[in-house]
Amino acid sequence: MADQAIATRKVPLAGLRGGSHAAVLTPAAPAARIALRAGKDAVPALSAALGVTLPTRPKTSASTAKRHALWLGPDEWLVIDEDGAELMGAAASSGALHSAVDVSHRNMAIIVSGPGAEVAINSGCPQDLSLGLFPVGACSRTIFGKAEIVLLRTAEDTFRLECWRSFAPFVFGLLSEGAEDAAH
Amino acid sequence: MSGVNRISGAGRLTPARTARFSFDGRTLTALEGDTVASALIANDIHLVGRSFKYHRPRGILSAGAEEPNALLDVSRDAARRQPNVRATVQEVFDGMKVASQNRWPSLAFDVGGFNDLLSPFFAAGFYYKTFMWPKAAWHALYEPFIRRAAGLGVAPTEPDPDHYASRYAHCDVLVVGAGVAGLAAALAAAKAGAKVILCDEQPDVGGALRYDSGTTIDGKPGYDWAQATGQALAAMDNVTLLTRTTAFGYYNHNFVGLVERVTDHLAAPDKALPRERLWQVRAKKVVLANGAIERHMVFANNDRPGILLASAGRTFLNHFGVAVGKKVGVYTAHDSAYEAAFDLRKAGVAVPVIVDCRERPGEAVLEKARELGIEVLKGHSVVNTTGKLRIASITVARNGGSGARKIAVDALLVSAGWTPSVHLFSQSRGKVKFDAETERFLPGTYAQDCLSIGACNGTDDLQATIDEALAAGELAARAAGAEGGAQVALTGQNAFDWTGGMIGAAEGAGPDTTVKAFIDFQHDVCAKDIRLAVREGMHSVEHIKRFTTNGMASDQGKLSNMHGLAIAAEALGKGIPEVGLTTFRQPYTPITFGAIVNHSRGSLFDPARKTPMHSWEEAQGAEFEDVGNWKRAWFYPKAGESMHDAVARECKTVRDVAGVFDASTLGKIEVVGPDAAQFLNLMYTNAWDNLKPGRCRYGIMLRDDGFVYDDGVVGRLAEDRFHVTTTTGGAPRVLQHMEDYLQTEFPHLKVWLTSTTEQWAVIAVQGPKAREIIAPLVEGIDLSNEALPHMSVAEGKICGVPTRLFRMSFTGELGFEVNVPADYGQAVWEAIWARAEPMGACAYGTETMHVLRAEKGYIIVGQDTDGTLTPHDAGVSWAVSKKKPDFVGIRGLKRPDLVKDGRKQLVGLLTKDPKVVLEEGAQIVADPNEPKPMTMLGHVTSSYWSSNCGRSIAMAVVAGGQARLGQTLYVPMADRTVAVEVSDMVFFDKEGGRLHG
Amino acid sequence: MLLIYCPYCEEERSELEFRNGGDAHIARPTNIAEISDEEFEAYFFLRDNPKGVIFERWRHIHGCGRFFNAARDTVSDRFLTTYKAGEPKPNLDAAPETSATVETYEALEGAAQ
Repeated sequence: MADQAIATRKVPLAGLRGGSHAAVLTPAAPAARIALRAGKDAVPALSAALGVTLPTRPKTSASTAKRHALWLGPDEWLVIDEDGAELMGAAASSGALHSAVDVSHRNMAIIVSGPGAEVAINSGCPQDLSLGLFPVGACSRTIFGKAEIVLLRTAEDTFRLECWRSFAPFVFGLLSEGAEDAAH
Repeated sequence: MSGVNRISGAGRLTPARTARFSFDGRTLTALEGDTVASALIANDIHLVGRSFKYHRPRGILSAGAEEPNALLDVSRDAARRQPNVRATVQEVFDGMKVASQNRWPSLAFDVGGFNDLLSPFFAAGFYYKTFMWPKAAWHALYEPFIRRAAGLGVAPTEPDPDHYASRYAHCDVLVVGAGVAGLAAALAAAKAGAKVILCDEQPDVGGALRYDSGTTIDGKPGYDWAQATGQALAAMDNVTLLTRTTAFGYYNHNFVGLVERVTDHLAAPDKALPRERLWQVRAKKVVLANGAIERHMVFANNDRPGILLASAGRTFLNHFGVAVGKKVGVYTAHDSAYEAAFDLRKAGVAVPVIVDCRERPGEAVLEKARELGIEVLKGHSVVNTTGKLRIASITVARNGGSGARKIAVDALLVSAGWTPSVHLFSQSRGKVKFDAETERFLPGTYAQDCLSIGACNGTDDLQATIDEALAAGELAARAAGAEGGAQVALTGQNAFDWTGGMIGAAEGAGPDTTVKAFIDFQHDVCAKDIRLAVREGMHSVEHIKRFTTNGMASDQGKLSNMHGLAIAAEALGKGIPEVGLTTFRQPYTPITFGAIVNHSRGSLFDPARKTPMHSWEEAQGAEFEDVGNWKRAWFYPKAGESMHDAVARECKTVRDVAGVFDASTLGKIEVVGPDAAQFLNLMYTNAWDNLKPGRCRYGIMLRDDGFVYDDGVVGRLAEDRFHVTTTTGGAPRVLQHMEDYLQTEFPHLKVWLTSTTEQWAVIAVQGPKAREIIAPLVEGIDLSNEALPHMSVAEGKICGVPTRLFRMSFTGELGFEVNVPADYGQAVWEAIWARAEPMGACAYGTETMHVLRAEKGYIIVGQDTDGTLTPHDAGVSWAVSKKKPDFVGIRGLKRPDLVKDGRKQLVGLLTKDPKVVLEEGAQIVADPNEPKPMTMLGHVTSSYWSSNCGRSIAMAVVAGGQARLGQTLYVPMADRTVAVEVSDMVFFDKEGGRLHG
Repeated sequence: MLLIYCPYCEEERSELEFRNGGDAHIARPTNIAEISDEEFEAYFFLRDNPKGVIFERWRHIHGCGRFFNAARDTVSDRFLTTYKAGEPKPNLDAAPETSATVETYEALEGAAQ
């Protein structure tokens, strides 16, 4: 085994850039992710173990440095570590009853950034993304054209849009058309 | 000069800015801002088409979206050609080509015109009565003939090169229509702080103010006030003003579809611009300010070119600076048409007569007509017209018929009054009520959160409209939560208050059944047709509509509905509300397929899901097949190989050496929690508590009705963690099925489900050399039969990355399924391939996978089952636990029909001639000589050439199949009958020894 | 397109995020293996398809993923209420009447016969 090269990682949309001056599209760097499920009782212990407070209000997220916890459902969070730090072990160390499943490779993310980011995403997403209803830090699982996505607003003009890896070309393509329209 | 009918000093277009276009090959000059209609009339062209049924010459009737006649073919270039474009909506751009439709050989001489002479044979219901027998002739003869003869335009043949955009949008208040009412409402709502979308189908705001000449608002001429207000609104951050934008559909819960025409008016549009933009608006409140549509007068030969709505005459004059003729008559039942006569006269156009069928027109307009010296014939009607391709004269008679005289005209403006546009209100499922005094349907009971204001609400007075609009705008804003700003006050004055209006046939439409007094121009429906329908027994307005096709054209009867209804009510001797109005449907006006299809075309039509190894497979020359949205490698042909050759080679190679297969698309669900085994006990027919960590089991999933729903191998990774696989196509529905039971029937179980389909790339390595291929790459897993026997799973590393390594087989060979995190899939695949290829192994695709599993009798749920097979029918009853007290489907399996004899069951079929490969789907019978209809016993579900067996093999569902082993049955085909023997389903390695290496 | 209030997300969302799940408040018998054919038929096959208020299940499949229940007027498509799975059937007597006030054109046409 020792003489075998370690397999290299090939991420979807590698090297792709797109969008328009109104909405720039950038595939995000690979990240560590877990799909975390747990009851209310486990939230404090899991929050402590993960170093980020699991939000309990709908459509909200919490972040510490490069780690984000996104409320997806009443017992469901998507935890993302942009540095790729190990999350499964951290969750396990909580000792609380939960389900953590590694989905680091299932999802990929596209960063949508610019004054037309909202319009670009609204080309296929039916949610009201105005700042009043979808402020910075807001997150939601939703639909984008024919793909399911998870949306996180990281700044007034920036969204992190997560989708399953095989949907990435479709999502990027539709976002490109939305970004183009947002520029006009 | 941009046309002989252009009046110097009239209209709002800039004379210096011209555009050239062609009409039926003739080059014409227009002004920028002209519609095709205004430009044609400016050039004294009224004849623009032939009617649908009778091929009668037709002209431009209106100046707006309601136009039924002037449907033209408009092209920008060869690929950008659109038929059935309303000349009154399409703006002229430099270089556009316009052609008339539904005529041959030319517009002026149309052979189809003989239909007009034959019209006694084309009465209402003609098609239904005539084209009945023989039945076969409908498709072969009648329909093609009718389609050719009664055509609208010709569909383009080239793909649409334009692109279309789509936006979901949200607002507090959506205001539809930017006339006086819409502008005032939008202003009030916007000033109150609401987020407002205001749309109008016209290129500029103003609505009726575009044709009006005598209104002032806040001391300004109405149109000027409208433009200033539009600019002020557009400049506000909380307002989106959309012109050239039609609200075409009002759907559930204040969801309104708008189409914005972005480039159709531009000579050289920026390629980056979408041709149209679809706005899908969700509004908290909707304010409908759609206005009203003028009706024409129903009288004999009222369809000649040169006969227009009075408001259209005013629009062409006051907005476009075009007179519709040099000697323009007016025939009306409503005061508003008088203003058209006044405007024309002031512009220097001769107005020989205003014919008013009323005895008592409004005093103010009468007075003004007298002042201008225009002759008014009260209590008179136009009883006929002449003129072949353009109106030449009208025949006027005292009501009752006396004193008929001919008056020469070259155009005639008509008005029967105004119909409030309740289309969107009706689409919102609001219920209209009939106002008997004004003879019109008005919004009655609201079904959705909207308000109607102005003309579409029956509010006639200008100041009342303004006040109503301001109040509605503010009310809607407040109700939507807006808390800001100042109130708005506006005052308006108009020149004349209007009275009058009529619905139904005027004098001269006659009781005479041969008179053509058109109600519906687009479908050539006359007053007499409605009467005929009633005589033939149609009593419901819906039946009359379908019998006569009144209102069923693409204009949806915007002009004709009220006239048709009134004539029907009269013929039936009933009141109008008793006869009822037909339902208005989306879209309000036709919209393009491009706007609807929008992004969903080409690569964005549907996601094309590709596995992590796709690019390698592509580079190897694999053919792909679609499985759901997935692109799966189907087979890997070498140079010169047919599909048959490639699959036969792959099948042999896998069993002789080994093969590598991309199984990444298999659905995967991670089931985690202390109650995971208990949950799987309920979801699958098998028992799971006794499955030890590190082992796998094939599971069958049923619906509660007892039928097979899915299957797959489940591996237990730990006491509380299972790795479940599903069929490729079944992944989403299986997860939904599991979530349904977990959340709603078994919520007490502590277990969670997570889709991991895309987390793992799956590389199946199958065949005698499988272990040898992967062994040097694997770290931390003992691959021996003892440590990792068939149906087991272990976690470790391969090529230095984590793997879940399954020892399992869908081929009957020694096999492994290597799961690695998806981004490593291609690298690990390449490492495996680097070892496999020199040993003589192959990469194989789904076709070979299908053949190999069929050789072993492994079923594919969805191919060999069809949702009506039980595990017993499918030959897998061994997987159904007899001991469990409950699992989904346990009761369904005991249903009388599911346990009775003679059910269709899966069996193998061996053709008597081993070289014959059956067709999948072919029917099976016991007696090939039985007279038709023969007794069908079942059908072939899977059939292949098996190179490993050296013969064809097949699987089939056959009634009572398991009791027929050894029997000869028959498969009748079109050209021959194939004899088959019923067999068990295992065709290769019946003992199964190869599985264990 | 419907606008549906998800009781878990506490917000109205587009129908595109949801999937209908058929009639609500039909509990799978805990002794299902023992019930009679008639009881199974009633449980699995028979539904009322009422004109008016229906209690039905929805799943916020492209949102929070939860199943919940709704009372919807099948004539007007208006939602009277939505509530979490497991909560009892709400008493709608207090809720405003909808089907009586919302009539469709189809109803009007019927009256015109």
